[in-house]
Amino acid sequence: MNRDAGRLSLILLFAPFALWIGLLIVLPQIGIGYVSLREKVGINEYEYGFSNYMAFFGEPIYRNTLLRTAWMSILVTALALVMGFPVAYYIAKMARRQSRAALFLMCLIPLWVSDLVRAYGWIVLLRETGVISTTLVDLGIISQPVEMLYNDITVIIGLVYTVILFMIVPLVSTLQGMDDALLEAGYNLGGSRWTVFRRIIVPYAMPGIVSGCIITFMLAAGSYLTPILLGGKNSSWFTEQIYNQFITRYNWEYGATFGVLLLVFTSFVVWAGLKLTGQSLATTVAKD
Amino acid sequence: MDDLNCANLVKKFGDFTAVSGVSLDVPAGSFYSILGPSGCGKTTLMRMIAGFEAPTSGDIKIKGESVVSLPPNRRNVKMVFQHLALFPMMNVGENIAYGLRCRGDNKADIPAKVARVLERVGLPGVQEKQIGQLSGGQKQRIAIARCMVLEPDVLLLDEPLGALDLKLREHMKIELKQLQHRFETTFLYITHDQSEALVMSDKVAVMNAGRFEQIGTPKELYDAPASGFVAGFVGDSNRFSGKIADVRGSQALIELDGGGQMLGEMAEPLQKNAPVDIFVRPEALTIGGNEPATTLSGTVDSLLFNGANSRVLVRTGTGELVEMADAMQASGVSEGAKIDLSWQPERARIFAQRAG
Repeated sequence: MNRDAGRLSLILLFAPFALWIGLLIVLPQIGIGYVSLREKVGINEYEYGFSNYMAFFGEPIYRNTLLRTAWMSILVTALALVMGFPVAYYIAKMARRQSRAALFLMCLIPLWVSDLVRAYGWIVLLRETGVISTTLVDLGIISQPVEMLYNDITVIIGLVYTVILFMIVPLVSTLQGMDDALLEAGYNLGGSRWTVFRRIIVPYAMPGIVSGCIITFMLAAGSYLTPILLGGKNSSWFTEQIYNQFITRYNWEYGATFGVLLLVFTSFVVWAGLKLTGQSLATTVAKD
Repeated sequence: MDDLNCANLVKKFGDFTAVSGVSLDVPAGSFYSILGPSGCGKTTLMRMIAGFEAPTSGDIKIKGESVVSLPPNRRNVKMVFQHLALFPMMNVGENIAYGLRCRGDNKADIPAKVARVLERVGLPGVQEKQIGQLSGGQKQRIAIARCMVLEPDVLLLDEPLGALDLKLREHMKIELKQLQHRFETTFLYITHDQSEALVMSDKVAVMNAGRFEQIGTPKELYDAPASGFVAGFVGDSNRFSGKIADVRGSQALIELDGGGQMLGEMAEPLQKNAPVDIFVRPEALTIGGNEPATTLSGTVDSLLFNGANSRVLVRTGTGELVEMADAMQASGVSEGAKIDLSWQPERARIFAQRAG
């Protein structure tokens, strides 16, 4: 009786998760994988094979867009880590207990506004007739308005701004668990600030660093709005290619192929990143 | 030469004075304890010696050299933290090697030094173990080894036994004392547990409200406490409050607040009618009546067996509970029986009452 009740509650708790994973993640992914393997040869006539994938590898523009997306996402992740770590460290270790919640909230507030509005905020600031350009002209620092949108730097700034919160949150929670006595012991045993940072703080924060980096990298590589709005046609973001294939060119087969490739490639980058830094999910993210 | 001297150390946090005018001299190779209740400033004192807090005024000398202006990582005092603060992301060997690497020791020599110190703390060959795999007592020894491998002038220990269970704590007391002998290093031990301080120390400083009440050997503190605080804090004591009714040379007759009279030895010069506390140790009480001024009458309330530390609790006529030592319950009294307790007046010590 008791065991049955336990099993029932397990099933009930597990059901929404299973439905979500099954219906919204696994099933569509299988569908995408299926579509990516077929090729339209006539009306309602399909052939199956890897020709879509061959087409992708044969066309440098697709390949390069994917590589460029991955490369820029890595850059965004690195910048978010470098900028987010001091913020997280300050919130978790240096801010007074009372102000901690307020600081955390200040990080969260931008999330209350939609992506679109936030990207538009950057546009207002950076466009040729925008706030920064006109101010600089008014101050006489530059003679002509400058266009600061539609280049890689702007895309990266916008992406870092969008994803940095997802770096800060896991970092704060891991750093908060760190006993101050560890730092003091680090100094007491003769460590300099740099040694304590490198050998105690960073290794301790590694679970947060790894999960933060995975989240921000995946978000950056999979983002669509920010690169399109801030980078325009020049952004050449891979998600834009997927969108084009599905919506503009109505080529679902290519779109699906690109979707699968993005998933496989970003997963590969995460795996390679873990390997290169000598980390594994078991010892970092899944650590008790 | 002393390993550690503190002169007139003061530490203020805003209006609050945590440590006020503390001086101590720790001779080389001694086991020195600072004993006090929580919040008495002993941890602040230790943190000043380690360099984590800057003193408001006063000087700290290690081996005769002032270290007040040195940052913590340049002082040759090492610290065993209350919760040990072993680095969880390093294994045992790396934990111990950390300090050696910070000091810039030759990489080739480090493994041998680590192995040697592990041997000296009685845990040879555990270099590869993770911190989580160690028992409480082993962690303790690793924390000490991690400091001792650097051959510090002074080892600071901040209540390191607090987190252990009772049995292990008793064991580690002896172990710590033996380690101190083996390393011949000066230990400065901070604790609120008077039995730890008494058992291990060569010298104990009793601290209260930011000041030292008394510095002495454990026996001196126990036999001749210098203040009512020390008498009450070090060892067990029965404490009675009253007023001085009559001064007789170095002794005084006390009129107890609850009624009755007690004769005792004045530990400080006191006037008639002064409000006082009188302290009598359980082992100073014996069964059997004497003169009225050195006798308490009551009934046996309960018998507490604890081997050589067994106690008899006696409820006096005025309702107070008095502890009497009764090793192995040799007296054979039974609960509810009428009983008279008496004492030698020299062994009842009288101190002026202090506010708070």
